[in-house]
Amino acid sequence: MIEFFGFLAHQAPLVTVLAPAFGALLVTLFGRGKAEAGLPLALISLSLSSVGAVVTLFHVLASGGELRYRLGGWAPPFGIEYRIDALAALTAAAVVLVGLVNAVFSKTRVAAEAGEKAPFFYTLYLFLLAGLCGIVFTNDAFNLYVLIEITSLTSYALIAMGNRRAALSSFNYVIMGTVGASLYLLGVGYLYIKTGTLNIDGMRAAMAEAGIWGDASITVAFILILVGLWTKMAFFPLHGWMPNAYSYAPTAVGTLMAPLMTKVMVYVMLRVMLFAFGADFSYGGAGCGDIVVALSTVAIVAGSLLALARSDIKKMLTYLIVAEVGYMVGGAWVGNEAGLTGAAYHILSDAAMTFCLFMAVSIIVLRTGDHRLTAFTGLFRKMPLTMIGFTVGALSMIGLPPTCGFFSKWYLVGGGIEAGRWDYVVALLFSSLVNAVIFFRIFERAYFGEMDEPAPAGDDADSRPSQPLERVPWSMLVPLFLAAAAVLLVGLFNNTLAGWLRAALAI
Amino acid sequence: MVQDSYLPLLAFLVSLCAVPAIVWLRRAPNRREAATFVAAFLKFGFVLAMLPAVLGGEVLRFCFFEILPGLPLEFRVDGLGLAFALVASGLWIVTSLYSVGYMRGAGEGNQTRFFVCFAISLSATMGVAFAGNLFTLYVFYEMLSLSTYPLVTHHGDREARTGGRTYLGYLLGTSIAFVLPAMIYCYVKTGSPMTFASSGFLAGEVGPAGGMVLLLMLTFGFAKSGLMPFHSWLPGAMVAPTPVSALLHAVAVVKVGVFCVIRVFTGVFGTGFLGELDVAYVVSWAAAFTVVTSSLIAMSQDNLKRRLAFSTIGQLSYIVLGVSLLSPYAVQGSMMHIAMHAFGKITLFFCAGAIYVAAGKKYVSQLDGLGRTMPWTMGAFAIGAMSVTGLPLTGGLLSKIYLIWGAADAGQLALLAVFVVSSVLNGVYFFPIVYRAFFCAPEGGAAPGGIKEAPLACVVPLTFTAVVTVLLFFFPGLLFELSSLMIAAE
Repeated sequence: MIEFFGFLAHQAPLVTVLAPAFGALLVTLFGRGKAEAGLPLALISLSLSSVGAVVTLFHVLASGGELRYRLGGWAPPFGIEYRIDALAALTAAAVVLVGLVNAVFSKTRVAAEAGEKAPFFYTLYLFLLAGLCGIVFTNDAFNLYVLIEITSLTSYALIAMGNRRAALSSFNYVIMGTVGASLYLLGVGYLYIKTGTLNIDGMRAAMAEAGIWGDASITVAFILILVGLWTKMAFFPLHGWMPNAYSYAPTAVGTLMAPLMTKVMVYVMLRVMLFAFGADFSYGGAGCGDIVVALSTVAIVAGSLLALARSDIKKMLTYLIVAEVGYMVGGAWVGNEAGLTGAAYHILSDAAMTFCLFMAVSIIVLRTGDHRLTAFTGLFRKMPLTMIGFTVGALSMIGLPPTCGFFSKWYLVGGGIEAGRWDYVVALLFSSLVNAVIFFRIFERAYFGEMDEPAPAGDDADSRPSQPLERVPWSMLVPLFLAAAAVLLVGLFNNTLAGWLRAALAI
Repeated sequence: MVQDSYLPLLAFLVSLCAVPAIVWLRRAPNRREAATFVAAFLKFGFVLAMLPAVLGGEVLRFCFFEILPGLPLEFRVDGLGLAFALVASGLWIVTSLYSVGYMRGAGEGNQTRFFVCFAISLSATMGVAFAGNLFTLYVFYEMLSLSTYPLVTHHGDREARTGGRTYLGYLLGTSIAFVLPAMIYCYVKTGSPMTFASSGFLAGEVGPAGGMVLLLMLTFGFAKSGLMPFHSWLPGAMVAPTPVSALLHAVAVVKVGVFCVIRVFTGVFGTGFLGELDVAYVVSWAAAFTVVTSSLIAMSQDNLKRRLAFSTIGQLSYIVLGVSLLSPYAVQGSMMHIAMHAFGKITLFFCAGAIYVAAGKKYVSQLDGLGRTMPWTMGAFAIGAMSVTGLPLTGGLLSKIYLIWGAADAGQLALLAVFVVSSVLNGVYFFPIVYRAFFCAPEGGAAPGGIKEAPLACVVPLTFTAVVTVLLFFFPGLLFELSSLMIAAE
């Protein structure tokens, strides 16, 4: 029996990736003509996948380091290997849990927005999640490319299922995404030629053995891969595809992709920097650390200001993501433990708070039928429960304790100070202040109602009869509260999480 | 000397626990207010229970958990923290009574929200008073800013919103822009848990230039202390109902500001180390400027609450100026002035609110002859004004003597002159009000018949605080002991 459980625990990474993939196939197989078959299959496979991810996480933590899994038992450099450390396990757990919770959240929306195409929707949805998990686990640079393409192709199709303007946004994303993926592939090609392997650890070992760090081709490969990844993660000024794609996509797609896609790409960047090229090269030999931190400073400031200028709620949030991507890239590049920890921790915390905010905003847009900031007018009164979730996410974006956004900022600012990158520190604080303006502007509107509209005489919350519970289904509110709880828990347990991440990133 | 105890936690939690009860009882106002009173008395009781141990030289400690590497979220109750907690929790009881009278008398709406936010902000205030390190202090400081915002904007009209924006803009903005980076810098550079210590955890860690920058960021970052140029949130916050102005903007919030500044001087840097660095003079002069300027502005304010607000700004800067002199007498004077000014100024605000409730008057120019119809209120006003000005037979004199003594001790004659001149200015902007009330004929000539005071729930608290203001002159012993504990520790 114990052996059996040991076997299961050992196979957990594979379950995490394959459960959604097989789920996708089953949905296509059985879902034809039966629109309602998609959701149960999706929930079952994602639950399985979540169990796999959690078991993997415990396994990694118990083993105290990293887990290696060979697909089909084939040893590298020929076979594909999974390499799972605490960061990978946590990121994968975040991916599948967001996927699962979002499937529940969007239950009614998928039925309404996709209609009879719902089975196709769930097929794509599950493939996207399988791809993201694979990206997180794999230790093979080419397999990584394939998986990136899987996630991209599925997300192009998913986005295009949105409203009338979605098709064009998706096309825009196709162009940018293809350019990005091609640059990445080109870089991997260079590396393959120089090192003769596609295994990420093997590449670093081969480069160290051959002593070719100073080679121009290595630097070119490094830059190609980075620019490719930056395009996929919407690093300013390569963010052009994102705002429209995320805001015109179907509700379920926006809430799934906004928290996950950019964060997983940041994870890949960390992986490439630290494991394919190694910290010595990334921070030293490549000689571009200072420039990248400066670029991230620009990204943070630009993202914040662009968000401030938007009156469309979802677009405003997507520009905030642009700024948050700047946080993470900067943290990854200041080149010290605090910054790196902050960047890795922010992958989790930004996923939690973006998820929380996107769900809250989706509910609000849905209930009010207004996608602009005016939708918030008087909402604390009309939709108090939804606004609680929104408030938690917003306070985290501003960076107030004890939400996770505060602790991200703590580590990142600490990293910036340690490295003496004051421009980056100032940009982080500036973004906090701009976020405070953005969200308190919303709070004020939600709290008081229209500016020029006098409070109705005798309007007193104490004497007003209780309102019906804002008519938002529990299948939407519970996921929102789970995300809000995650924002707080990730914050309160930041010390534990950061400890695991630090151990995973120490090379 | 450090002793683990749950009392700080209980004193912190009790008003938070009252929140669900207040919401639950929202349809029965009398029972709802009972919940507030139970919480207020319990809180005061828990704070009192800590007194013997703290007077015995103990520091009571409660640690939540280690929230960041090497950095615990913890309470440490020492003399300064306890003195502040005593004042704030004691005055919460009085203010609760006053709130009931005022809110019902003035027919304010949304009273449940009002009492809920009040309870939360008192918890935050306790959190600041008990905070054992800079991080904990910051967490509760932000909690206080957020929980008082709905109180400031209570009326929800255009004026309240503008006031609320200014309020949050200044308080949140300065704390994020200045305190947060300075705190992270301290953490990164020293690697210490940033626990307040009499010798200062920064001692020997920074040079004069770095020390100057950090000191300025921490002093101005805690903008609740109302140092110019970050003071205009306070007059803006006067749009709040008067009990809020009384407890929060004369006692809890603003005193949290100066309390933080005192902690920065005595706990973060240590007065000895600041003396070596020789950088505190910048803060001294900023405070001196604020003292004089705010007094001059106060003279020109016709709105009574705004005049009191500018007076508060000046008095807060007394405290900052005192501690920045680094002399033990001045530091002790600063700590005592927190309590002395609290009682005097809350009396004045209670009076302003009572005048509004009973007579509907907000402006100084309308107060002619009011002493004849509201003798208790205006009598208490006179006592409060005497204390804030620093006249004999009121507690305000004692702390002012210590401050002046400290200035002399530090050899800063110019700053000593600031204390003296501003005291004269205090008299100039307060006593015309008293004079108008008692000696001028009321508008329209004919004296209205009889006494017409505010509701009893308003008059009793303001009489009580006025009496305490006088008693503090005769029995200041406890405050002396608590504040000298801090001095002795150095």
